[in-house]
Amino acid sequence: MTVNELIEKCGFNAVSLPEPEREINGCYIGDLLSWVMGRAEADNVWITIMSNINIIAVATLADVCCIILAEGVTVDDEIVKLAGEKGVNILLSDKKTYETAVAVYEAI
Amino acid sequence: MSESLTFHYDVDGEDFTSAGQASVQVKKNLRRLGIAPDIIRQVSIAMYEGEINMVIHAGGGEADVIVSEDKIDIILADHGPGIADIELAMQEGYSTAPDSVRSLGFGAGMGLPNMKRYMDEMTIDSTVGVGTTIKMTVYLNR
Repeated sequence: MTVNELIEKCGFNAVSLPEPEREINGCYIGDLLSWVMGRAEADNVWITIMSNINIIAVATLADVCCIILAEGVTVDDEIVKLAGEKGVNILLSDKKTYETAVAVYEAI
Repeated sequence: MSESLTFHYDVDGEDFTSAGQASVQVKKNLRRLGIAPDIIRQVSIAMYEGEINMVIHAGGGEADVIVSEDKIDIILADHGPGIADIELAMQEGYSTAPDSVRSLGFGAGMGLPNMKRYMDEMTIDSTVGVGTTIKMTVYLNR
């Protein structure tokens, strides 16, 4: 399944989608950035409520296929712009983290 | 590639939001050299953790990445406060980072353990009041 297909299936709002055809391989949930870098695997969906600019570097370095900001968290335009430049997909979900994860699980 | 290739970076200690620039650049350079993706991921994450540590604790520092035929060495050097108890600092969950850093999602006490996790070798040479030098190696062709 690709990130684009996930968006269609789950109705997440894509605010940055430079790599829509990236394949998804599993999911990791976490807000502590070093935990994410230590435990997330390449091509995971990363669900978080952390929306500061450092998530772009973490997503790039950990090679996740997309970030999903859950719980209705929004993201600054400046970060969206940087995500586009760095090839990082960012999706927004109004659902709670658990429900977002369940939706991803059912989709993939 | 028979000779080694060195990339040098100055890590800016003032600007927390730009931390990661050196790591992302390393990632690009290693990709250009045709290094395997899993190795690139390991090196760039370990390097980022080191960068973040230098920004949080040491007011910046310097990073050298040396790519040889059979290994990649990373040397991170700062003139920060030093690490008083290295064994304690290596424990997952132990951190001296301030709350302002924790609110950004850092300071979970996982930085040094992650560096060790992703590297084949790691040594920490630190003197309180003088600074810290960390040497890390990952072997290629494993």
